[in-house]
Amino acid sequence: MDIDMAAIDRHFFDIGYMDTLSSQQTPVHQLDPRAKLLTTLVFIVIVVSFGKYEISALIPFFIYPVVLCAIGNVPPAYLLKKLVLVSPFAILLGIFNPLLDRDIMIRLAGIEVSGGWVSFASILIRFVLTVGVALTLIAVTGFNAVCMALEKLGAPKVFVVQLLFLHRYMFVLVDEAARIFRARALRSFGGEGTGIKSYGSLAGQLLLRTLDRAQRIYLAMSCRGFEGQIRIMRPLRFGPREIGFIFGWSAIFFLMRFYNLPVLIGRAMTELMR
Amino acid sequence: MSHHIVEASDLHFTYPDGTEGIRGISFRITHGESVAIVGANGAGKSTLLQHLNGYLMPTRGEVRIGDYPLTRKNIKTVRRTVGMVFQDPDDQLFMPTVFDDVAFGPLNLGLPPDEVETCVMQALETVGVAHLRNRPPYKLSGGEKKAVAIASVLSMSPNILVMDEPTSDLDPKSRRRLIKLLNTFEHTKVLATHDLDMAVDVCERTIVIYAGRVTADGPTLELLQDEALLEKSGLEKPLQMQNCPVCGERNKKRNANSNIIRAPRRGLQSG
Repeated sequence: MDIDMAAIDRHFFDIGYMDTLSSQQTPVHQLDPRAKLLTTLVFIVIVVSFGKYEISALIPFFIYPVVLCAIGNVPPAYLLKKLVLVSPFAILLGIFNPLLDRDIMIRLAGIEVSGGWVSFASILIRFVLTVGVALTLIAVTGFNAVCMALEKLGAPKVFVVQLLFLHRYMFVLVDEAARIFRARALRSFGGEGTGIKSYGSLAGQLLLRTLDRAQRIYLAMSCRGFEGQIRIMRPLRFGPREIGFIFGWSAIFFLMRFYNLPVLIGRAMTELMR
Repeated sequence: MSHHIVEASDLHFTYPDGTEGIRGISFRITHGESVAIVGANGAGKSTLLQHLNGYLMPTRGEVRIGDYPLTRKNIKTVRRTVGMVFQDPDDQLFMPTVFDDVAFGPLNLGLPPDEVETCVMQALETVGVAHLRNRPPYKLSGGEKKAVAIASVLSMSPNILVMDEPTSDLDPKSRRRLIKLLNTFEHTKVLATHDLDMAVDVCERTIVIYAGRVTADGPTLELLQDEALLEKSGLEKPLQMQNCPVCGERNKKRNANSNIIRAPRRGLQSG
C-alpha cells in the first residue's frame, strides 16, 4: 500500500516538474504561445497525413521536437518516460495489424517483413512524433499559456476554462485522494480491508468531497464578481519572430511532406559512389 | 460613511434538510469596528458569515449592508463591499498563477488593464508576497496561500473584510504575522474564529454565539474573562488570560499536599 502511495505521489510531482520546465527563459519559451501552438498543429496534421505504410519519410520530422527540446532546455529522458507511460494506447491501436495484414512488403537481408508490421511501426513513430511534440509544447510553453493561446485562437471558452480548472485542481484532488488512501492504509492490517469492497466507498467519499469543494470554489468565484466569464490578463505580442517561426517551420514540414528526404539523400549518395 | 455598516436583525436560517443553523441573531457592526465572532464547533459561525455576502438568504429576518437590506437584486454591490476570505485558501485560489488570482476580482469589476496591474501589485505588497506573483498557487506554503487569499480580496478594495478562521492551519510565526497585518487594516473586520487569543489581539468587540443564538456581545476583554459564559458556550479562556497552566497545575498539587489554605490566585480556577 505504501509503495502504491509513493508511486502516486511521485507521478503527481512529476507533473509539477512540467511547470518548472515551462518557467525557464529560453528563446523558445519567449515566443508567443500562439505561434508555438499553431506550428505544432501544422506539424501534427502533416505527420498524420502520411500513408499507412510510410516510415522513412517520417524520420526527418524528429528534427522539430529535437530542436525545440535542445533550445528549450528540456531533458529528453523526462519526455521519453512520459511517452512510455502513455504508449499502451498506441500499442493497442496497432498491435493487431501484423495479424490482419500478412502480405510481404519488404525483404531485408532474407527476412520478410509483412505489411502489418510496417504499418504498426508507422503508427508507433507517428505516436512518438505527435505526442512527443505535444509534450514538448507544454514543456516550453506551460499548460496555462497553451490554454490562453487556444482561447485567443477561438477555441470555445467553456472548453478552455475546463482545461484550466482541470490543471489547477488535479493537484488538490490527488492530495485529497492520497489522504483518503493513507487513512485506509494506516488502519488496515495485513491486507484486511484493502480489498475491492472498500474502493466503492472510497470513490464515493472522494466524489462527495469533490462536490463540496466545487461548491465552495463557486462561492469564492461569485464573491469576486464571476458571471460566467473568466478573464485573464496576459499581454501577448505577435511579432516578426513569431511569424518567422510559424512560416519557417511550416515550410520545412511541407518540404519533408512532399520530398522523401532519406530516399533523396540515399539516391544522391549512391550516385556519388558510382 | 454608512456603507461600512453590517447589521443583522432577527436572522433565522434553516437548512433544506431541516437543521436549524441560525435561530435569531441580531447585531449591528459600525464603521471601522473589528469584531470577533466566536463559538464552539457547529455554533453557526460559518452559516452566519455566508449570510453576510448573500451566499445564503435568511429564512426569516434580514441582513443590511450599509443602508440597504441585502436582496438578490443588489447582491453584486454587496459582494463588492464585503470581501470574504475563506478558511481553506485552496478554495479561494483557483486561477493558474498568484497574479491571475488576485487580478480575477478587479478584472470582473471591469477595471482597465493598467489599473488592474497596479491594484494587484498593491494588494500583494500589502500582505508582503509580491515576489510570488508568477507562482502557481498549489506550490505555495500554507502561510503564503493565506496571504495571497487575503490579497485576492484586498485587490477589490472592499469596505468590509469578513474572514472565516483566519489563523487555522498557520504556524505560530505566520499567525503572528497575520495578526500584525490585520491590525494595520482600517476596514470594518468580522472574524469568525476559535482562536480566542487572536480575538484578544485584533478585535475590541466580541460576539459569542452558541447553538445559533447570540449569548453575549460586548468588549472582548470583558467577555473572555467571563468563565461562566465561556463554559456555557463551549469555549475556554484565552491562554494569555490564564496564568501559566503548567505552573498552575503544579501549585494546585502542592497546595493539596501541604494542606495549607491559600487564597486562590486571580484568574485561576480554585481546585
